Amino acid sequence: MPGCTVRCMAELVVEGLVHVFPEGGVRALDGVDLRVGAGERVALVGQNGSGKTTLVRHLNGLLRPTDGRVTVDGSDAARMTVAQLAARIGLTFQDPDRQIFAGSVRAEVEFGPRNLGRSGTELASARASALEATGLDGEEKTNPYDLGGSRRKLLAIASVLAMRTPVLVLDEPTTGQDARGVERVRAIVEAVAAEGRTVIAISHDMRFVAGSFDRVVVMRAGLVVLDGSSAEVFGRAAWPALDSTYLEPPLAAVIGDRLGLGSTPTDAALIEALGSAQ
Amino acid sequence: MTLTLAGVGYRYAGARRPSLLDVSIDLHDGIVVGLAGASESGKTTMCLVLSGLAPRTIGGQIKGHVTLNGADVDGWPMHQLSQRIGIGFQNPTTQLSQVAESVFEEVAFGPMNVALPRDEVVARTWAALVALGIDGLAERDPRRLSGGQQQLVAIAGLLALRPDHLVLDEPTAQLDPAGTRMVGDAIRRLASEGASILVAEQKTDLLADVAAEVIVLDGGRVVMQGSAAEVLGDPRLADVGVAPPAAVSLARAAAEAGVGDARLHGALHG
Repeated sequence: MPGCTVRCMAELVVEGLVHVFPEGGVRALDGVDLRVGAGERVALVGQNGSGKTTLVRHLNGLLRPTDGRVTVDGSDAARMTVAQLAARIGLTFQDPDRQIFAGSVRAEVEFGPRNLGRSGTELASARASALEATGLDGEEKTNPYDLGGSRRKLLAIASVLAMRTPVLVLDEPTTGQDARGVERVRAIVEAVAAEGRTVIAISHDMRFVAGSFDRVVVMRAGLVVLDGSSAEVFGRAAWPALDSTYLEPPLAAVIGDRLGLGSTPTDAALIEALGSAQ
Repeated sequence: MTLTLAGVGYRYAGARRPSLLDVSIDLHDGIVVGLAGASESGKTTMCLVLSGLAPRTIGGQIKGHVTLNGADVDGWPMHQLSQRIGIGFQNPTTQLSQVAESVFEEVAFGPMNVALPRDEVVARTWAALVALGIDGLAERDPRRLSGGQQQLVAIAGLLALRPDHLVLDEPTAQLDPAGTRMVGDAIRRLASEGASILVAEQKTDLLADVAAEVIVLDGGRVVMQGSAAEVLGDPRLADVGVAPPAAVSLARAAAEAGVGDARLHGALHG
């Protein structure tokens, strides 16, 4: 699957999704509606415990709905096998140690594509490009547990990238990354989106969110409370709703508002507005 | 009380190269020192050496001197050192005992382990909970708290040992913005009560907020050291893989675009 054709695009539709965890009866999702079109870049934000991870785990069948439904390209995800979903939706875990299991970086990155039936040059190219994107080329023989925590996280991302799924879901990809690691994650989001694939990321880093995503979905207590462009979600009108979820807009948005320049969620947007105001 | 590293180097057991080279710092009472650096630059190693866990518990080879008020701690056993220097890890779940049924029991775990009298344990536990503003959580199950709350419980457990020095290794890495603010407030409060705190962080915005001084590591060596404003505003920070605080990078990008005027400056510092 070099690049991505219409055939491999996926539309995700979440309708009235409810999830109650059996242990403790916690209602982690309380009726979520969300439609994500092919090729969108969507950031999911909200406090710890607001339901973000529970939501994305329904997209690839790791969790099944208590009520409501998830459809992938019009098919009910509940009627699809985990294997069918895995070919469409690649999901990385927040904690790479819950994902990584192989004895070498190479085996770890090849596991996903091998399971999807890739072999030969197709497998080799999937592996090479995933390792290059994450800066792990040259570490093929390394045991994943000899990598530092931030590079293990990048390995977890590489092993999902190598599956070349139409949808990539990243759970807190920038957590624990230094400046170079965050830059790599940014570049991965750009490159995947440029191929027309969908990227959904959970993040607490509002600068990363505003800079790399077209759309921001804010969750609170198992519900979507805001859903719009980063200019909308980080604009003044949405601040009370953001505040109710203990989130703050990025600094550029606050400064733009202070200077009466409208909603400027990124440094670049603020600088452009400052330029035209001069 | 001053905790000092003088020309300290450290090599992990079985490692070919040292992870820390010729590091010298002083931690005085009531000061918050920020520790920045790219991944694998030596931040965690420095935290382990400062707390005494390296080499006492994890082995390896140390060079140079670690001193408390001028006395070399070389021969001190861990239980004695841990009452003077507390260390907190990135992930609060590694720190919590996992056996305590309540937050109160969890925080009392340290003082009970060093065999303090019962009344003293109770008094210290309450004092630590109050100092961090989590006395309302005393009866809760620590495993059923938010990440931010768990991190505060872990820090309270350190405080109950009444250490003179606290070493925190990326305490907000797993936390959401609200949890990060809670930990930042706690650090400021503790420093105002006289503890010295070294906090390793990727979030330079947090360091700009709480630290008086900042040290930057690269390849196990100290490459920058000075007041927080000076170090965090230094353009060389990016060269060693550290993202500057949001205000610094915004001001710099605006200046480069020729729009960094007085109005922007006023809004940034207003």
